[in-house]
Amino acid sequence: MAAGLCVRHAGLVQDPTSSPTALAAALRETGYLADDGLATAAFLAMRMNRPLFCEGEPGTGKTALAQALAQVLGAELIRLQCHEGIDASQALYDWDFPRQLLHLRSLEASAAASGEKLDAEAVEASLYDQRFLLARPILRALRTSPSVLLVDEIDRADDEFEAFLLEVLTEHAVTIPELGEVKAETPPVVVLTSNRTREVHDALKRRCLYLWLDHPDLAREIEILRSRIPGIPERLATEVATAVRKIRQTELLKPPGVAESLDWARALQLVGARHLDIESAAATLGAVLKYREDADRVRAQLDTLLAS
Amino acid sequence: MPAPVTVDEDPIAALVGFTVVLRHAGLNITTDRVTAFLSAVDQLDVTSRVQTYWAGRLTLCSDPDDLPRYDRAFADWFTPPREGSGGTELIDQRKPPPPKLAALTSPNGQGESDDSEGDEEEQFLARASGNEVLRHRDLAELSPAEREHLRRLLALLKPDPPQRPSRRLHPARRGFSDAHRTLRAALRNGGEIRELRKRDHSVRPRKVVLLIDVSGSMEPYADALLRFAHVVVRRAPASTEVFTIGTRLTRVTRELRMRDPERALAATGRAIPDWSGGTRLGEVLRAFIDRWGQRGAARRAVVVVFSDGWERGDTELLGSQCARLARLAHKVVWVNPHAGKDGYAPIQGGIVAALPHLNQLLAGHSLATLEKLLEVMASSDGGRVTRR
Repeated sequence: MAAGLCVRHAGLVQDPTSSPTALAAALRETGYLADDGLATAAFLAMRMNRPLFCEGEPGTGKTALAQALAQVLGAELIRLQCHEGIDASQALYDWDFPRQLLHLRSLEASAAASGEKLDAEAVEASLYDQRFLLARPILRALRTSPSVLLVDEIDRADDEFEAFLLEVLTEHAVTIPELGEVKAETPPVVVLTSNRTREVHDALKRRCLYLWLDHPDLAREIEILRSRIPGIPERLATEVATAVRKIRQTELLKPPGVAESLDWARALQLVGARHLDIESAAATLGAVLKYREDADRVRAQLDTLLAS
Repeated sequence: MPAPVTVDEDPIAALVGFTVVLRHAGLNITTDRVTAFLSAVDQLDVTSRVQTYWAGRLTLCSDPDDLPRYDRAFADWFTPPREGSGGTELIDQRKPPPPKLAALTSPNGQGESDDSEGDEEEQFLARASGNEVLRHRDLAELSPAEREHLRRLLALLKPDPPQRPSRRLHPARRGFSDAHRTLRAALRNGGEIRELRKRDHSVRPRKVVLLIDVSGSMEPYADALLRFAHVVVRRAPASTEVFTIGTRLTRVTRELRMRDPERALAATGRAIPDWSGGTRLGEVLRAFIDRWGQRGAARRAVVVVFSDGWERGDTELLGSQCARLARLAHKVVWVNPHAGKDGYAPIQGGIVAALPHLNQLLAGHSLATLEKLLEVMASSDGGRVTRR
């Protein structure tokens, strides 16, 4: 995406960080439609330098929020995908051990050849140099300014990592023993997302702004479809949003989120459907429903779902 | 409770008063949250209801369950402005987030209040016969004195939580090479690598989910089973979840985390709305998997269902839900108090539907069988159906 272009756009309108409404307008420019609560949350996250903790059903736009914020601010989006067992060497920084060893060996070899004696302190200083430091997402976010740090699916990480994150997020600084403290010039905007597969510790939530995201209402969903998929006929957008809404109300193993309705609309557009009928819906159902039981159930009642 | 103060008179007092009300409503309000709330309001417009609402909701709530309570408290505390003064509709009109206590409205009302087997009057004075006899006695046929004794024996259980391999790496004797520690050790030896340090996957407690049937037919066992659950929860509070099932699903993990068994049991009793009612195993199991299981509680977990398998509802639904559960969980164990009795055959509709999807069907009518259950839970194999 042309981030620079969007910044110019936003600059023309108003400074996006001046008020929640201005931020909502700037987010709208990027194609992300934010309601009052969401705009206020993002605004406060920037003003108060607090991480924004987004929780909600999968596919309600948690990750997309971080991407849109990065676009609005013209900042780099740095993403940290969490998984079980993630630790500081994957999230923060690591030393490039093979290169350090090679460096050490070549120093020794050249010293042996020239007959000089190695200066231990100089060797150590050259060993723990910036060029051997592998910056991982959090360190990169602290060094890059401005930046948006997206800590995705924090619920997949384990308690140890949460505790570690707590320290970094409150101080906006990390200490690398060999190099000293790295402190962010301007703290990055931090967005944490969780799908709630696990209760995240309260100590972490306490330091964040807590935002619960829900499926949008019908009008907003139509609007989202139309703004995210250029050239989608209004009729198709309305029909898809209405059908997805009805599908959500049937008892399914996994109700579709906004991400799924976007996928569905795109799929329909690709197969050349001008509007949603039983045939095209049945052919593209795999974009919305990801369980065989769900697909069977919905396919059986497609005619009632599509009847407006 | 303090009397409401309007924002115009003294904003700080009004806002702090609001947090006190929230604390009474059961939200976890800490001082730093209050501070965050005040500084959030400071960034926004305190005279705007919408902005004050969101400032509080973002800083003072931490769980979707908090949101309805917050909305109610907000509406009570900040009385809406008179008509025409440009107030905005504040009550969140969106669908409230799914509650943790999934309420299933019973279509056929009252449950079965059948054979409670009678509170036997017969005093058994065989106290001296010792623990060994008691261990094998049916929990439903105990005298009050024996029941008391059994409680103490239950509290003495020290279950080993089941374990699973973790993705987290720890220093170990064998495994993957640990470049960090190897290099550190090498530097200590003047750059000479003398030994290769290793690290390997560690073990973590595996999640355990206990689903306890508290319907009428299970009543004689419910107290002992909840005590058993308390022991399991206390042993590994972070990785254990307990739900009661009847006509609805109730999460009682929080109540059972209390240290004192009597207080924990009393709190649990208050939390369960459907004691001794009927059972709709299939529907309740589905509620559990939808709300909890699929999201993570049952994934790779040891799931234990305590029930006699008397299903009022559709056994086909129960079968399909058990199949779902088996796909999510590491191991599904069904404990049926009647399974240990002479002449028992798994013919109840519910059990027949569930049986193909279980790893094990166990008896659970005595302390000895519960000890056996703990062994099965802790063992790491996920073998297929075996019956006892």
